Order: sequence, then C-alpha cells, then structure tokens
Amino acid sequence: MSTSDHDDDSQRERDSESTFGDYGGQYVPEALMPAVQELEDAYERYVLENEDGFMDEFRERMRDFGGRPTPLQRADRLSERYDREIYLKREDLVHGGAHKLNNALGQVLLAKYMGKERIIAETGAGQHGTATAMAAAHLDMPCEIYMGRTDINRQRPNVYRMRMNGAEVNPVTAGSGTLKEAINETMRDWATTVETTHYVIGSVVGPHPFPKLVRDFQAVIGREAREQIRERAGRLPDSVVACAGGGSNTMGTFHEFVPDDDVDLLAVEAGGSSLEIDESAGLAPNSATLSTGTDGVLHGAMTKLLQSEDGQIMESHSVSAGLDYAGVGPELSYLVDTGRVTPASVDDDAALNGFHRLSRLEGIIPALESSHALGYLEEHYEELGDLIVLNVSGRGDKDLETVLEETEKRDLEAAPEVEVFDG
Amino acid sequence: MTDDPESTADEYDSDVEAAIRENHPALITYLTAGDPSLEETKAYVEALDRGGADLIELGLPFSEPIAEGPTIQAAINRALEAGTTSEGFFELVADLETEAPLLVMTYYNMILQYGERETPRASDGDADSEPPRKRPDVRPFVERAAEAGLSGIIVPDLPAEEADPLREACNDHGLDLIFIVAPTTEGERLDTIMSQLSGFAYVQARLGTTGARGDVSNATHDSLARLSEYDVSGPNSDGVPKAVGFGVSEGDHAAEIVEAGADGVIVGSALIDIVASSDEPAADLEAKADELKRGAVRGATGDGDGDDDAEGDREGKNDDESDDEATARTR
Repeated sequence: MSTSDHDDDSQRERDSESTFGDYGGQYVPEALMPAVQELEDAYERYVLENEDGFMDEFRERMRDFGGRPTPLQRADRLSERYDREIYLKREDLVHGGAHKLNNALGQVLLAKYMGKERIIAETGAGQHGTATAMAAAHLDMPCEIYMGRTDINRQRPNVYRMRMNGAEVNPVTAGSGTLKEAINETMRDWATTVETTHYVIGSVVGPHPFPKLVRDFQAVIGREAREQIRERAGRLPDSVVACAGGGSNTMGTFHEFVPDDDVDLLAVEAGGSSLEIDESAGLAPNSATLSTGTDGVLHGAMTKLLQSEDGQIMESHSVSAGLDYAGVGPELSYLVDTGRVTPASVDDDAALNGFHRLSRLEGIIPALESSHALGYLEEHYEELGDLIVLNVSGRGDKDLETVLEETEKRDLEAAPEVEVFDG
Repeated sequence: MTDDPESTADEYDSDVEAAIRENHPALITYLTAGDPSLEETKAYVEALDRGGADLIELGLPFSEPIAEGPTIQAAINRALEAGTTSEGFFELVADLETEAPLLVMTYYNMILQYGERETPRASDGDADSEPPRKRPDVRPFVERAAEAGLSGIIVPDLPAEEADPLREACNDHGLDLIFIVAPTTEGERLDTIMSQLSGFAYVQARLGTTGARGDVSNATHDSLARLSEYDVSGPNSDGVPKAVGFGVSEGDHAAEIVEAGADGVIVGSALIDIVASSDEPAADLEAKADELKRGAVRGATGDGDGDDDAEGDREGKNDDESDDEATARTR
C-alpha cells in the first residue's frame, strides 16, 4: 500500500491555503504584505510547479554542494541496548553539519529566481546563519545575518564561520539578545528593504507561505528516510522521532509520513530545567511549546506559544540554543491538536545524557538539539514499537563547549569522567 | 468630546473622523502607556491634549514590537519593566478626561489574549483531564476598550486580510479599526483597504519602522498622491481622512505633510524622546504639541488653498487660537 500517492490537485489546493486549521495565517505589517504575496506566487510557481526547472536545480545543488542523499544508518549498539531496530537519519552529514542547509539553499536559490539582490536571515545558535551564509556564498548573493548579542557571545565559532563565508553579522542587543529578538530585528530590516531583499527565515515559522516553503525544502529528509527504511527493513517504521524547536527538522522528517496512519510521529521538545512557568518573571525555563503552550500570534502566524496571561511572550530556555524559542511552526500545532503528532519533552539532563550516549556507543557526536530525541528514546523506547527511525538533525561539534560546562555542573550517568578533558 | 455631538453624529461616521475633520488639519500623537509609569502617562496625555493634540494614540506595550524602531522599542521595554498590564492600561484610559478621543495601538496577540481563561467544554465529560486551554478571542478586548472609552484600535501586525474578526467586533461596539497604508500598498490591496477602513487612513510615510527622522520622505508625497484618488481631500468627502506618520518630528514636517495633502500628522518617537530625556516632560510635551499643531495649520493655510477651511467647522478646542498664533509667529 502506498499512502504517499496524493491526489495532485487536492494537494495543490491545500498548499495554497494560508492556514492549517486555525493556525498559520499572515499576521505581518502592511508594508510586508506585498512581499509575502510575491513569495506566495514564487512558491507556487517555482516550488510546487517546478517552473524554469527550479526544483531540479535545487536537488542537483543539494546533491553536489550539500551532499545529499544522507544515509539511514542502523545504530547497532543502540539497537542492542533497547532490543529493537533503531535507525538514524544522518542529517548531521549534510554540508555544514545540520539539516539547515536544505532550507537555506532552497530559499537563497528561490530569491535568485525571484530577482532579489540581497539576503537577510536571523540566527539563534548560528546554525541557520552559517547555512545561509554558505548558501549565499555558493550562489554569490550579498548576505547579512542578525544574531542576538548573548548568542554571539556563546556561539563565537559560528560567527567566524559566517564571516569566513562573506556574510555580515549584525548584533542585536534588544531584550535577552537571543533568537526571538533576532527575528524581530530581521523583520524590521525586511520592512525597510522589502523591495530588493529576501528574508530567509530559518524554520517552519512566520507568515504563510514560509511554513510550507520551509517544510517542502526540508521534506527531503522524510522522503529519503521513508524510502530507505522500506528498502532496509521491508516496511514502514512503527515510530519516527525528531526533536522540535521551531520545528523545521521535525516537519521535514514527518511530512512524508503524515499520511501513513500506522506510523507514530513524536516531536520531542526541550523540557529545559522545568515545565513550570514563572509568569511574574516572564520566564519559561523550557521551550516545550507544543506540550504546554497556548494559542496566539507571534512572528506572523497563529500558533502555540509560551506566553503570559496578558499575551506577553516568555523568555524560553533550553541548554540547546537551537530549540530555545517561545513559538513553534503552525503546522505542528495543528498536527498536535488533531492527534497526528504526539508532543513530548525531555529535560536538559536527559538531553546531555543522550549526547554522551550516542557519542560513546555509536561514534556520532550529535547536536544538543538532536540529543533531545535521543534522550526521549532512552526514556520511552518500550512504547515506540520494534522499528524506530530517529532524525539526527545535526552534529554536535558546535556544542562541545556548552556540553563540557553543563556536564561539569551535573552528575550524568552517560558522561565520561570530566578529568578526561583536563589533560 | 465635541461641542456639538448631534451634528457630529449626523455628519461623520465616528468620533475619530469628527476629531480630524473638525480640527482640520489634525495633530495625532502617540505615547506608550506605562512609560515610565501609568500615572506619568496620564499627566503626559493631559499635557498633549492641552497642547493641541486632536487625537491621542496610546500604545499598549507588547514584548515583540516588530514594527517599531529603537525609540518606541525602548519605551515599550520601560513600560513592561514598570509592570504595565492590559487591565492597568484600561484603567488609565477610563480615568482620562481629554477632549481628544483616544485610540489604542497594540499588537494582535495582546488583543487575542485579553479576558478570562476558558476551559472548553468536553463533549464526553472528560474535561478534568485536559489542561484549561485559552481560546483566543478578540471580543473581550474590544468590549473592554469600548467600556473604558476608547474610540478606535490600530494594530500594526494585522493586515486587512486577517482583520475580519476584529472588524466585526469593532463594528458591534462602535469602535474604528484604523488601517495602515504603506508605501508598498498598491493596486487591488489599496482598493480593499480604502474600502474597509474607518476613522482615518494611517499613511506610513516611509518603509521601515517608526522613529523620528530629519526630513519628510519622498515616499510620503508619493503615498499622498496615490491616495488622492480616493476622494479624501475635504471635510465633506465621502471617504475617510488621511494622516501621515513614521518619521515626523518637527513643526516644519507637519507643515510640509499637510501642504502635500494630508488631513493630519501623526507624531510618536519625537514625543517619546521628550518623555525619556526631558526634565519637565509634561511642559515640553505640551510645547511640542503646540509647535506641531501650528506647523500643521501653517501647512493648511500656507498655500492659500481655502478648501480645508470652507466649512468653518473647526470650533473644537484651541484651533482658532493656534491658527492666530500660527499666523502671528510663522517662521
């Protein structure tokens, strides 16, 4: 039974809608509406209809420049540990070290097809910023990246990488100086330069058509994985597990499996240090938006948010900068409400243990983001069936410093002795 | 709010439109409520009202003000740090007695979240296991806004395409929903917005965010030229008035903008600068409002075009006085 053979016309119709149930939409300043509509038109023509061979060029560049397809690897020792078949989708092997390039290259190429002259993007941890800077260098487009001051300080190597690729990095000092403020500032730039500039948004968030556009560029993850698992195991998996912050690797991994009703889809969020919210301080010590958020509008879309009673957006927290966001893609909110995707969360400790475990058992150092999916696997493998696909969304080289610091503060079962690093 | 409410009701659709028509050319001022405290905002709003503001926008601070430049962002931060809440905002509004009608300017999420948390009624009676889920709804905010005495709402992140629920609620409660017309708003979208808006058209003078600038941009002239087709040029027109904001900071800007065809000027960041740095904010705000109002009036009379005054319909407040002063003290 092939469930992914969608009826083309009805699929097309759904893709041009701006909402997923009550979620999504286009809540942007009037000045941006024409640009958002221009992008809708470009999305339909180039991405959905492959006009001028856009998608062909995109796939060719993702192969030659990006290193696709990525392997689906059987994790032998994890399979042994949990006594079931565990397969890892190796997005950490994409050029740049994360799935982020799938989207960044797609959007920079799209900007080129649209005749835009300049690229801007926000970045939190710096992964989307570095991917965008690489794509812009590859396609010869001027590029400016907005990054919070706090994030610049804790992600120095990524700042250097962006500069090496010729991008300008603009520090954002407002608020807590993290991803949320960087998005605000990039939107402000876009509102000023909208006629010549394309905003490469980094996740399945923002106004329509961004959530669909980014999802479609990322959907290659699930498309490959679905084919690969059928080839390797002869059937579809019982469960697919991916971490979720804004949700681009999540939607990218899940999209192709959504029509496969028998496959459980698990979105693992950052539980941070606690799921409790401190309303008076405006702090959520987690980024578990799907699990604990309420409906509202942020950055152009109706979705689930971490917010106060009044509607002020909370400062979120996660040990993983890439998951540290108070919103989430509107399609994920919809899929959670309809019961198709199950939200879950693990705390910082479980993620750090997941990081160390995969490093030790499989020789793969995963990103702290992906480590949340691995932490969830450890805690819940018994509920996930016999055949499990887990997306390793990125590699963890960028996180080494954070991991050393955070490991030293804790007593983690999976961590090596800290003295190892004193040498 | 006006000397002759009956004639207002007959002639104009709303308090907001009347405030602009009867005080033509109108001065519209913006302050962030709660910067640096709600008590001080009250004093500042009253000072602007005395100084010649014909319509006053009050910002209800939201943590992610994507349409604002650095000046108003900083004001919003100060207001949030001071603990400004939606309910505190409405209490301030209810407490204010100004001649100028009051508008609230805020982001859509603040409107959606106002009101009590509601637990959806589960059909199978299993409601206890579900956490209470807040259903966003614009109605409680609009009801409270009307009750507190606000005359209209401006939402910088709500384009006309997404505005149906809020427009319906505003219509039901007699509030104006004011839309922004940007330099990039053209063709069909401009038609749609001009047919849907009420109160006045908020003409965004330039691309980008709010903030005081040293000049009046070419985009202002272009925008006003485009909007002139929509029959909004005189007090008797069927259309709504148009007011220009984003970057206006001096009396001369106001004069230039009114001369270019605007029915009003909107000033925000230049006033926030006074709030943030003046030793006597109330007195300075009053003086600034006076300067801006006189600039606007100068723009209306400077070219000898008498259309705007034809109705002699300007008995509101200190217009005649500021008119005389403007003539006496021009340049």
